[in-house]
Amino acid sequence: MARRVPLFLKRRSYRRRRLRDAARLLPVFGGFFFLLPILWAPEQSPKPDTAPDGVYLFVVWFLLILAAAALAPGLDGGSDDDDSGT
Amino acid sequence: MTAGPDTGMPFNILVLTCVTYVALLFLVAFVAERRAGIGRARWLRSPAVYTLSLSVYCTAWTFYGAVGYAARSGLEFLTIYLGPTLVFIGWWWVLRKLVRIGRKQRVTSIADLISSRFGKSNLLGVIVTLMAVVAMTPYIALQLQSVTQSFGVFASGTPEGWALPNRDATAIWVAAGLALFSILFGTRKLDAKEQHHGVVTAIAVEAVVKLVALLAVGSFVVWGLADGPSDIFRRISQSTLADWQLQPDRWFGLMFVSAAAVISLPRMFHVMVVEGGDEAHLGRASWAFPAYLMLMSLFIIPIAVMGLERMPTGANPDMFVLTLPLHEGQGALAMLAFLGGFSSATSMVIVEAIALATMVSNHVVMPVWLRLRPDVAMTGDVRGVVLMARRVSIIAILALGYGYYRLSGGSAALASIGLIAFVGAAQVLPAMLGGIFWRGASRFGAALGLIVGLTVWAYTLFLPSFGNDGMIPAHVFAHGPFGIGWLRPQALFGVSGMDPLVHAIVWSMVLNASAFALGSIFSFPGPVERMQGAAFVNVFDEDQTGPQGWARGKAEPETLLMMAGRILGEEAALAFFEAEARRQGKAGFLPDATPEFVELLERRLAGSVGAATAHAMISQIVGRAAVTVEELMAVANETAQIMEYSARLEAQQDELTRTARQLREANEKLTQLSIQKDAFLSQISHELRTPMTSIRAFSEILTEGDLPPTMVAQYGRIIHDEAIRLTRLLDDLLDLSVLENGTVQLNLGLANVQTLLDKALAAAGSTRPERSFTILRDLPSENIFVRTDADRLLQVFINLISNARKYCDNPDPELKIAVRQRAGRVSVDFIDNGSGIPKESQAIIFEKFARLSDQSRAGGAGLGLAICREVMANLGGSVSYLPGQGGAAFRATLPLRLDRKVA
Repeated sequence: MARRVPLFLKRRSYRRRRLRDAARLLPVFGGFFFLLPILWAPEQSPKPDTAPDGVYLFVVWFLLILAAAALAPGLDGGSDDDDSGT
Repeated sequence: MTAGPDTGMPFNILVLTCVTYVALLFLVAFVAERRAGIGRARWLRSPAVYTLSLSVYCTAWTFYGAVGYAARSGLEFLTIYLGPTLVFIGWWWVLRKLVRIGRKQRVTSIADLISSRFGKSNLLGVIVTLMAVVAMTPYIALQLQSVTQSFGVFASGTPEGWALPNRDATAIWVAAGLALFSILFGTRKLDAKEQHHGVVTAIAVEAVVKLVALLAVGSFVVWGLADGPSDIFRRISQSTLADWQLQPDRWFGLMFVSAAAVISLPRMFHVMVVEGGDEAHLGRASWAFPAYLMLMSLFIIPIAVMGLERMPTGANPDMFVLTLPLHEGQGALAMLAFLGGFSSATSMVIVEAIALATMVSNHVVMPVWLRLRPDVAMTGDVRGVVLMARRVSIIAILALGYGYYRLSGGSAALASIGLIAFVGAAQVLPAMLGGIFWRGASRFGAALGLIVGLTVWAYTLFLPSFGNDGMIPAHVFAHGPFGIGWLRPQALFGVSGMDPLVHAIVWSMVLNASAFALGSIFSFPGPVERMQGAAFVNVFDEDQTGPQGWARGKAEPETLLMMAGRILGEEAALAFFEAEARRQGKAGFLPDATPEFVELLERRLAGSVGAATAHAMISQIVGRAAVTVEELMAVANETAQIMEYSARLEAQQDELTRTARQLREANEKLTQLSIQKDAFLSQISHELRTPMTSIRAFSEILTEGDLPPTMVAQYGRIIHDEAIRLTRLLDDLLDLSVLENGTVQLNLGLANVQTLLDKALAAAGSTRPERSFTILRDLPSENIFVRTDADRLLQVFINLISNARKYCDNPDPELKIAVRQRAGRVSVDFIDNGSGIPKESQAIIFEKFARLSDQSRAGGAGLGLAICREVMANLGGSVSYLPGQGGAAFRATLPLRLDRKVA
């Protein structure tokens, strides 16, 4: 059933929609960075990898947490308009 | 088990501390419960408490086991935390919807979610419950084991030699204590939306304890034993852990399965959805919980490296968190670590037991009990029965866990049970995600997927975990059942050489999801299923006007109240009914049993006993769910019709607005016409009265007689003239009315414009014959033949020429006549060299009785131009004023050939 949704939105609603897009994208980026060590194949490289790889993973982890914390307040209480429309 | 600690603290103090800690937890739970009871528990529902309660994800398996895991496989242990991190920072995808559905549908457990989504099917509830109990019992046993083991670590060095002979006693004491706690604080409330404040608060406290413990041990390792981070890096690179084996399949598979587990483990679902998080809490937890996980895993590698470096070879790395501080003589730190491990184990067991007991009581005990004694819903104390069922279930589940622990004898097999349980819990994932995102997911598909997933999991992972020749005979491992090679448990369909865990994840998830999808595609869902499907998938649509599942007016509100009282308790039921009655605008306690109300009541009851049981109980009173597929369709059609109707209404409204505007315009025109008509009548009367007055006056004089004949003749002539004027006026009026009505008879024929102009000039010469006019003509251009009514056209020409003769005020009057032919039309211009007609008057000169100058000078009634206009209209042409010609100028246009049709 075709509900009537405005085709274009005001600046604030538009921002909020894009914020949601960012929130949806975040785990995708996170997944990529977490899976990246597979491509490094640490057991085949000659040098010891545990310490640098561990640092890498924790840094990515920390940045993801920061990003999620930055996004979360904007996503709260955004239920005044529904998900339809763009 | 390990080398005895020389400076460890006495075992008695350990027991004392432990008992004190447990007593403290009981006290915390009790106080929280009390404060909530008097309504002063705002902070209990804060996002911080919510986030901390989520930490039941970190069990003793992760608290102790992570270090051992790291000691064996390097960084791979991180996958167990990275998966959940992705799920939580991506909360907008799944968690938010789960929490919203949980709140709206008053979901009591993950089994209830699946059952409720797929048509309140109790079969699905039973399957999920069974699955959860099978997967979680060993997991609970693992917790008991780790607590006992950690006791053992302290006990082994004491002279009493208490630990080994009494290991089972330790386990049974722990199990009993946990059962007591769970029963005391976990079965006080029945409704899913009433938080168990005591439990949640105690778990939050335990979450802090285990985090602090791990951070303390980690800090001691990094800054106490090593020389800070850079020293630790150096030591890592020199240790046996310097390089690590990243197996891509395990890295990805474990991350996936832990991400799945964090939403589908019964205890996680319980704290995340059932214990009442809302979206704001979830938003905070979306980063705070990953942060908690990160802190929990921050020091794992350093502890593992330092343990490997300092502890004697052969020491169990699973206990490094505890043994390393003991070994270094840090008794207090070891005690803290012990409490951390103890907290991890107990909080997991408590929540798991409550979650499982809710499932068992709602999906196994209650349906059986209702089947056995159908009348009891009305007479018995259902509430008491449910709570008792939950208490007994808690005891049974802990007994199962203890029994399992005894049977397995604390074998090494238990250590791997954590991941095995994760894979088992993940089997719910396809049905759950399908259920909340795909309307087409059906009960048949969900049941099929769950059974297939459970079977494959048990066959490829769970049963083999008991070891070769444990539950599955060795020859089956080697050659497959009945010698069918491609059914070997760890090489299904000939996929051998794969990591057994990843092998099980791949096959169980692929087969589970496929069975679910295909089963859904090839089955047709029942009406309740489709209603629930729509309610779940579209949970964010606020204006849900779904169909009502219950027929109108079949239930007595009083009966419903009695039944609700048995489940919710008398007071709560009365309050609920009164509120609903008030909402319906009724006084008293009994609302009408409208379908809406029955639906609401069902949902409320579902919060206590689960959707399937609530549905069954309501149907006992109301009768079978009245809704059929046809009715669903009817409702959908109705909605579509309403929408179409409103669209039509809108169109009609537009039309009405348009019509109203047209009416308004028409009204204005009519008003103007009415004014014109009045003006016309008064003009007419005036025009008629002037000649009549003189006729009457002169005829009166004549009737008196005695008049010289010359006078008689003169008066007679005046009367005659006036009578002619009257006649002419009446003729004009008649002419005009005939022309206006369009009923005029036209005598069409060929006429030469030049001839007509000659005649018109001759005729018009009688008008003010004293004036000599210069006539400018271009004779060759006038030689045009037109097919028209020559007499009528002549009349127009005469009129226009006479007008010029009458009104041209130039002392040397001139009249220019120009004839042009263009595109099948002929135009004749009459242009004089007078002062013309002022701009503001140009619009009205063609109106009746429009006369610009005074009457005497004109000597006409002012109908001339009006008649001209009508004649030209009848001839298919027009006459208009030509501005800007240096004098009065009129243009008459007419078609070259007039067809009768046009007239």
